[in-house]
Amino acid sequence: MSSVNEFVIRFANVNGTGSASANGIFAKSIFRMGIPISPKNIFPSNIQGLPTWYEVRVSEKGYLGRRDGIDILVGVNPQTYIQDIESVVTGGYFIYDNSKPMHESFFREDIHFIGIPMMKLSMQHFADPRKQQLFKNIIYVGAVAALIAMPLTAVQETIEKLFAAKPKLIPPNFEALQIGFDYAVKHYSCPLEYRVQKADKTGDSIVIDGNTATALGLIYGGATVAAWYPITPSTSLASAFEKYCKKLRVDPETGKNNFAVVQAEDELSAIGMVIGATWNGARSFTATSGAGVSLMNEFIGLAYFAEIPVTLINVQRGGPSTGMPTRTQQADILSSAYASHGDTKHVLLFPSTPNECFHFGALALDLADRLQTPVIILSDLDLGMNEHMTDPFIWDEQKQYDRGKVLNAKEMDEIKDWGRYLDIDGDGIPYRTIPGTHPTKGSYFTRGTSHDEYAKYSEAGDAYVRKVDRLLRKFETAKEYVPKPAMRQAKEKTDIGILFFGTTRYAALESLDILNEEGIYLNAMRIKAFPFNHEVRQFLDDHQKIYVIEQNRDAQMRSLLINELDYDPGKLESVLNYDGTPITADLISQKIRHSLNVKQQQSQPI
Amino acid sequence: MSFAKPKFTHPQSPRNKVGYIKSDYEGVISTLCAGCGHDSISGAIVQASFEMDIEPHRLAKLSGIGCSSKTPTYFLSNSHGFNSVHGRMPSIATGANLANKNLIYLGVSGDGDSASIGIGQFVHVIRRNLNMTYIVMNNGCYGLTKGQDSATADVGSINKTGKANEFGPIDLAGLALELGASFVARSFSGDKTQLVPLIKAAMSHPGFAFIDVISPCVTFNNNKGSTKSYDFVRDHMTVTSKVDFVPLKEEIEVQYEAGKKMDVKLHDGSTLRLAKLAPDWNPFDRNSATNKLQKARSNGDVLTGLFYIDPSSGDLHKKLNTVDVALNTLNADQLCPGQSALDKINASFRG
Repeated sequence: MSSVNEFVIRFANVNGTGSASANGIFAKSIFRMGIPISPKNIFPSNIQGLPTWYEVRVSEKGYLGRRDGIDILVGVNPQTYIQDIESVVTGGYFIYDNSKPMHESFFREDIHFIGIPMMKLSMQHFADPRKQQLFKNIIYVGAVAALIAMPLTAVQETIEKLFAAKPKLIPPNFEALQIGFDYAVKHYSCPLEYRVQKADKTGDSIVIDGNTATALGLIYGGATVAAWYPITPSTSLASAFEKYCKKLRVDPETGKNNFAVVQAEDELSAIGMVIGATWNGARSFTATSGAGVSLMNEFIGLAYFAEIPVTLINVQRGGPSTGMPTRTQQADILSSAYASHGDTKHVLLFPSTPNECFHFGALALDLADRLQTPVIILSDLDLGMNEHMTDPFIWDEQKQYDRGKVLNAKEMDEIKDWGRYLDIDGDGIPYRTIPGTHPTKGSYFTRGTSHDEYAKYSEAGDAYVRKVDRLLRKFETAKEYVPKPAMRQAKEKTDIGILFFGTTRYAALESLDILNEEGIYLNAMRIKAFPFNHEVRQFLDDHQKIYVIEQNRDAQMRSLLINELDYDPGKLESVLNYDGTPITADLISQKIRHSLNVKQQQSQPI
Repeated sequence: MSFAKPKFTHPQSPRNKVGYIKSDYEGVISTLCAGCGHDSISGAIVQASFEMDIEPHRLAKLSGIGCSSKTPTYFLSNSHGFNSVHGRMPSIATGANLANKNLIYLGVSGDGDSASIGIGQFVHVIRRNLNMTYIVMNNGCYGLTKGQDSATADVGSINKTGKANEFGPIDLAGLALELGASFVARSFSGDKTQLVPLIKAAMSHPGFAFIDVISPCVTFNNNKGSTKSYDFVRDHMTVTSKVDFVPLKEEIEVQYEAGKKMDVKLHDGSTLRLAKLAPDWNPFDRNSATNKLQKARSNGDVLTGLFYIDPSSGDLHKKLNTVDVALNTLNADQLCPGQSALDKINASFRG
């Protein structure tokens, strides 16, 4: 099994030992060689001591989804040797720290064992224990570089860039790198069957995590007030927002901030602050995960009913309850779509790449203002916290923010009959006013209690029905504003479709190629938003069978399609993955293959 | 339903400096019980706003849920109002204030709203020293759900059903002092002469200004044996000082001798005049205020008046170092860093 530029390498480390930095250097160096990479952190809910893994799929073909089976495992954590060794594919490699001998019973006949005395080498060259620990990691990067034929210059360039601001750190890193490299060259026949060679498949792509990308989108989209409460896996979004605001949003003359970030006391308060800020005319957002959205439900209902813009990013993790806080899922679709008591529906956006996170971050602010309602970006841990290769960010300089129907003082003077909840244009969207705009006009009382078109409290049934029916009309209007799905026609005519969204995209696209090779053709649609636009129904209508790929147990997207489009459940078949790891192309292909085979067998005459 | 008050007014009704008559600061007709303390507080807010020459559209009124939180419809109908969810007014006020630091924020809450379901938000809005006036209309019970004891009811206080409360009270003013609030006062809905100047001072204070107003519930908690009844409060009320608000730009004049007057200059140039000072109290000393409050409590007295003020505290915006203009006035030119900055960011993510 030899392979150039197509393999999976996994590093097994102990949390809190500085391995993340070394592993990142390794992945970036491969990317630097023009080879697409897809790194994934598989980490515990822990700060120090528990096992953690970092996996890089190297794929010149550009397949960026997770793939089962590890080709090369770099085992630096004896706690997990047994399971790590088991995870290696036949013919693969287990590179481990043999500073201390490994128990004989661990060895497998069908894989290669490569011992590198990482700790021993580090202790020989570095005096201080902290350095010994840290540079052990760089030593294994050097050894792996030699073993997979990665030129040291690629790694050196990455290190130089990483430590550009701290040049003192460069020489010892170079030294450690060389130690590992030299040891591997001296003791093993390099390279292994799996190796890298320079390619040109990365173009002007960048490698970035979805949370940072979303944060940048929110900055470019004009968010000024951020309120949040720490929760994995969304914390890094708020941190990135603050970090980049400090670089991009400080008034050069006064040194004062064109932004405000508040770490709230809980999620209830965080979304309350967002509602207060947008009610008062600022662009604002909060980022959380499913557990946080559960807490925010009451306020989401208020924002829906009182028609206040809200931008909420739900970086989904494994639920229910505390669930799997460091694993990924797409299991908050229904709870986000229908968040809060009473009849509610919310606009959802499903980004699938960091580039889309960037654009949806800005778009969500526009949509929330335009539709005067909560807009929830449904990201997930895999997208939010892992780095992904993605197109560079381009901002349309001509673009204006869509602040929606907000009356200024002059318009308040001109408008004849204004009611805060009066549907003047027939699109279900009323005109709003911002406090402090006009001395005598436009004031009204915002409330979560039932109200009439003039924002007056009313318990009258007809006023209530007019209100909630108009909200439905507004939701219809939303279909024209939310992004349309992406479509891909199969090479040959088919009446079978595949439907996916968010991070299932990576595995689904790869699966389409795998199935094509086998002569199985499917038309594909990637849903980008809810409410479903006309094109979504059309796609369902155009196919006899549609496989709905998602990462939750209960087929939530399928339920939403059936419920919202009043669709025949028999046409929609689920392909599900919900063990907390990103779905793989193999799983999708296998399920579809199996489903189609079963069908063929059923149609055989008895 | 709500009913608007008739609009006709006497043509000679006095106008304030910004051209409004007092009825311009009123709201719709109250639907609270006749004699409710809350209506008196609404009246005090109307009077204070009128006398302070506040332009109604420069003030935003916010509330949570409960009888107290209904009152913002009964005053300042020319101001934007926000009746939020139970106990969560502070977060709405925080967001609103972050968006526009140049409005006056008046929050109205109750003892259920602030001492129970919303105590977390109450605590944290104090920590942030949000520039707002926070009035708790404190009646020791849940009026809108028919008189259950609230967390501010005193131990042994007897409610309408004749039952004595078993649980110790949360003293919101004491809590606010403990948490570092920069303006803490207590008043009584039945004492407008004290309440109006306190509200004016609170609205002039450039930070979190808390007024706990004992406001008897005539329907469910005004019976004999209740420590939140009109009779009980009148009989047990003591004061830290006689409070007056002087909207003049006078020189600061501070005297520390008991019985004399003390003038506290507020940031807008007006003056809070304290007269007949309690002898063992210094409004600038948090410890002294805490001691005085605790002493009154152990004596069974209801201490009212200004407890503590720090006229120079830095509010949340100061801590966040925000620009001088309201964040909601910034436009795309000021907010969007543009493609050249994005090119640099892209480059930093190329490995």
